[in-house]
Amino acid sequence: MSQRLSTGGRLIDRETKVKFTFNDLWMRGFAGDTLASALLANDQMLVGRSFKYHRPRGIVASGGEEPNGLVNLGKHNRHEPNQRVTTTELFDNLRATSQNHWPSLEFDVGAINAALSRFLPAGFYYKTFMFPRAFWKHVFEPVIRKSAGLGAAPHPETRDPDRYEHFYAHVDLLIAGGGMAGLMAALAAGKAGKRVLLVEQSAHWGGRAPVDGDVIDGKSAEDWVKGAVEQLEKMENVTLRLRTQLSGVYDHGYALAYERIGDHVPGENAPRHRLWRVRAGHIVAATGGIERPLSFPGNDKPGVMLASAVRDYMVNYGVTPGERIVIVTNNDDGYRTALTARAVGVEVACVVDPRAEANGELPQRVRALGVPVRTGSAISKVKGLKRVLSVRVQPFAEDDGGYDEISCDAVAMSGGWSPVVHLWSHCGGKLNWDEAQACFAPDPDRPPTNQNGKGFVTCIGTAAGGLQGDAAAKTVGLAMKGLGIDAKDIPVETAPEAPLAPVWVMPAYAGIKKRAKMWLDFQNDVKVSDVMLAAQEGYESVEHTKRYTTLGMATDQGKLSNINGLAVLAEALDKGIPQVGTTTFRPPYTPISMGAIAGEAKGELFQPLRRTPIHDWHEEQGAYMEPVGHWRRPYCFPRDGESHADAVNREIDATRRSLGLLDASTLGKIIVKGPDAPKFMDMLYTNMMSSLKPGKCRYGLMCSENGFLMDDGVVVRLDDETFLCHTTSGGAENVHAHMEDWLQCEWWDWQVFTANVTEQWAQVAVVGPNARKLLEKLGGMDVSKDALPFMAMAEGQLGGFDARVFRISFSGELSFEIAVPASQGRAFWDALHEAGTEWNATAYGTEALHVMRAEKGFIMIGDETDGTVIPQDLGLNWAISKKKEDFLGKRGQERTFLASDDRWQLVGLETLDGSVLPDGAYCIAPGKNANGQGNVQGRVTSTYYSPTLSRGIAMGLVHKGPDRMGEVVEFNTVQGGTVSATIVSPVFYDPNGEKQNV
Amino acid sequence: MSKAVSALQGAVQAGFTEVKELGLVGMVTLKADLGAAKTKKAVKAATGLGMPKERGMSGDEIANSVAWMAPDEVLILCEHGKADALVATLTKQLGQAHHLAVNVSDARAVFKIEGSDVREVLGKLTPADLSALAPREMRRSRLAQVPAAFWMDDTSHATLICFRSVAQYVFDLLANAAQEGGAVGHYTS
Repeated sequence: MSQRLSTGGRLIDRETKVKFTFNDLWMRGFAGDTLASALLANDQMLVGRSFKYHRPRGIVASGGEEPNGLVNLGKHNRHEPNQRVTTTELFDNLRATSQNHWPSLEFDVGAINAALSRFLPAGFYYKTFMFPRAFWKHVFEPVIRKSAGLGAAPHPETRDPDRYEHFYAHVDLLIAGGGMAGLMAALAAGKAGKRVLLVEQSAHWGGRAPVDGDVIDGKSAEDWVKGAVEQLEKMENVTLRLRTQLSGVYDHGYALAYERIGDHVPGENAPRHRLWRVRAGHIVAATGGIERPLSFPGNDKPGVMLASAVRDYMVNYGVTPGERIVIVTNNDDGYRTALTARAVGVEVACVVDPRAEANGELPQRVRALGVPVRTGSAISKVKGLKRVLSVRVQPFAEDDGGYDEISCDAVAMSGGWSPVVHLWSHCGGKLNWDEAQACFAPDPDRPPTNQNGKGFVTCIGTAAGGLQGDAAAKTVGLAMKGLGIDAKDIPVETAPEAPLAPVWVMPAYAGIKKRAKMWLDFQNDVKVSDVMLAAQEGYESVEHTKRYTTLGMATDQGKLSNINGLAVLAEALDKGIPQVGTTTFRPPYTPISMGAIAGEAKGELFQPLRRTPIHDWHEEQGAYMEPVGHWRRPYCFPRDGESHADAVNREIDATRRSLGLLDASTLGKIIVKGPDAPKFMDMLYTNMMSSLKPGKCRYGLMCSENGFLMDDGVVVRLDDETFLCHTTSGGAENVHAHMEDWLQCEWWDWQVFTANVTEQWAQVAVVGPNARKLLEKLGGMDVSKDALPFMAMAEGQLGGFDARVFRISFSGELSFEIAVPASQGRAFWDALHEAGTEWNATAYGTEALHVMRAEKGFIMIGDETDGTVIPQDLGLNWAISKKKEDFLGKRGQERTFLASDDRWQLVGLETLDGSVLPDGAYCIAPGKNANGQGNVQGRVTSTYYSPTLSRGIAMGLVHKGPDRMGEVVEFNTVQGGTVSATIVSPVFYDPNGEKQNV
Repeated sequence: MSKAVSALQGAVQAGFTEVKELGLVGMVTLKADLGAAKTKKAVKAATGLGMPKERGMSGDEIANSVAWMAPDEVLILCEHGKADALVATLTKQLGQAHHLAVNVSDARAVFKIEGSDVREVLGKLTPADLSALAPREMRRSRLAQVPAAFWMDDTSHATLICFRSVAQYVFDLLANAAQEGGAVGHYTS
């Protein structure tokens, strides 16, 4: 059984007890434990079920590479699935539940899949669920989705209560990994005065060295690490971060580091996670290595662990996975686990080594302790279901030479070490196959390159090529020198190691039955037999094999399985491992939280919300707001018990009969000034703007180069060389950028300056037959018809406010749009309401604005236009200058299909029954198109109930519509059936414009 | 004018760093040939200050400074009530020379960030390299999802300008970033 040892554990504090639950059972651990070490201390060997066969699974590793120990953490709002027990630090009242089983972890009905495993081979889905076709969507997929999947997804209605943030950092050197090599690099760079950020994913500095008992610079690894960190903490130019993983490397030295600030101390007033967005001059990957499992039958059973993990649990946490362990290793490093086990008083039944000889220093030290070392041997079976009971040991290279059964309750396996090359590879660093170490190692001649074609990532330490000890340390000095940093080599003493034997399948000549019990990918249940089957079925590319078998596609992204899997594939294909190659390494290194990615952008901060100076008033009135770009505008102002439709009708009625007020502050306002401004304006707009007199207004259209209508608005000439361009509410930034694009890229020699002054002004439309009376009551300016005729503008003091008054109308009524400085906007609005009480001054919203403009047949950018509509389609030929030699869009509009009158064109639509046409409804035409769909000849672009006319009105684009006045056409509806409508003029109200010109 | 109010009317929030809306600040955008003697003379006449160097500021108080914004643009900071007069002076001085002087005071909101090390707050929101920012160097960048311009008088005092319509968003961003418990420890330890 796994248990806590009576002494030891360098990372735990035995004085501080921590209680937690696993599947609602209370357990105890110590401060400093990971959830994994605490579970093992409580003899909880079984922690989950595998993805496909629901096999019992135990903890196999001690770090981020763990494939099995995944749990649901927390509950309700803080429920989070697929959390690795090995990287979860224990805290009081932690709540974990195991995953992927029903009804319980101990008894799982899904385990029937294991019994059926020979019917569930690689590519099972592809082979089985082909026919009948309709079954996939309605039968197979729902069933598979139910049975597959690991953790439970959070309930969709829960909201994460924690806070997250980003942090931008710019450093000379970003070092990933706080082990021996990373610390050495940070010391050298720190002393050289570089800005250094050193990040370590775990909660402790030093990496493996303290566990493996290295001697660094004549000191114990533990002491040296402590001293190094103390030195670094004193350096102002060095930032140290624990619990921070460099999770992704991107182009040009950009990197993301994932800091877990609050996970181990829930309830503290700190952000939970922080995503560091780092711009680094150079990135150093001191990411160490990951030990590979060995592929022997039954290697997936709870109690079979990586040899290094067994050492970690013993030394770091004072926990042993068993009382009597067997070690199986193809290299000398694995013998360290035997030495560690003996040092903490755990019995080692034997060491199984497939190599013919093992006479290095480490094996000899193990033998000297009286531990049997069985060279040339293999494990051929692991007995036990939910925990290990015994193993069978047989000759490695012989098919059937009998076996010995050795009782044990844990197996420590080591298949050699793979450098963690992920960060090197994220941006395209290339790898070489190292025969001696049997691993892929970074090729220093083919690094990922930056904007100057220079490598910007360097691997050091074990990550540089599977080296350990002094050889690994020497890579630091070399790398630092390459970066122009002086570094003296720090000597490291470790026991020398004999070469490993590349062993990918154990025993060597295992038959199909045994190969079907050798797990490569523990989480996704991919076995040696699956990869061999894929090869047999013709899969040659490792990328295809990965997707066919799902090897390495689980949440651990094949950290333990990739190399073993591709070695098996290479063997099956009779190719070399380097010829087969690796799959692609993509960020993040391990999964990071969605919260960290979102950062502060949630709730109120999800998106910027633009507010006018009058915004608060709208909210105080309980306006129903709608988004217009990032602005929020009042759609209508419903009063007690009033429906939105009733409110809109009331607002229109009040405006048309007496007086309406609209907050039009969101209208874009751009100043265009300079000697060449008239020329520039003539190019920007389709109509002639240079002929506009100062103090006058003109409605103008702006087209893209292709001739399509992109924006419209009233242009005001302020003086000879200054124009004020009003744009649509959402369009100011876009139009301003459009202007600057042309000025900076094409007409750079024209003397024109522009400024976006949209937010300098609050703008209010004062609309209705009593509009002038209100302004006269405020006083200060002559707003009579003679002094300020339609389409004119005046500046002055209105009721004590600095005002620009424009006589323009988007409603068809007598209307003044008045701009005052934004700081005075709210006061002006209040003053208008106060003075307007006698005329029932009524605030109206965007919907009333829309209905009133539709009654007048005015177009709206985004309703009547969709990026494919030209002004001519909308009957706006009058606003397109024939005299001008050129304007933006002119040549575009001359293209045959735009110049043709064989197009959908704007008309008004009146339903025969007075109903409101559905928005977007198509005007149907006889016959079917090539896809068997009904033909169409137009569509509705705007449709409203008109309270003024007491009937539905609509505008639409209909094929040659203006030539078909009076014709009745049919529009489809969502419910089915059609609605008949007569084609009419789009101007429903006051066609001669008498009301606005008074 | 008493009825003139800034976007947030002096809102304040204190966390490990204090965030405060400064109220109304006068601002004039001047676009012109910054190298021309006439422009320098006009700026001198309007503000008493010299033309700032690239990304620099001349003057040392918020009510009277000139900040370099672009190769052909400066932002003049002044008392709110004096912006229109300043525009008039510039326009008169520059006369026929091609230029644009416009009052943008009300298009903006201004925040003061004060406390331990303001880079710990700003660094959560702007991708600008704050450790490379000199005192009173004008930095045009972004703050999360909106444009912003800012400078630091020293590492514990920063002033930030954004558009008025997003004043609440920017205030919320800064207040959120400055919450207690959120100090990063990259600039301070």
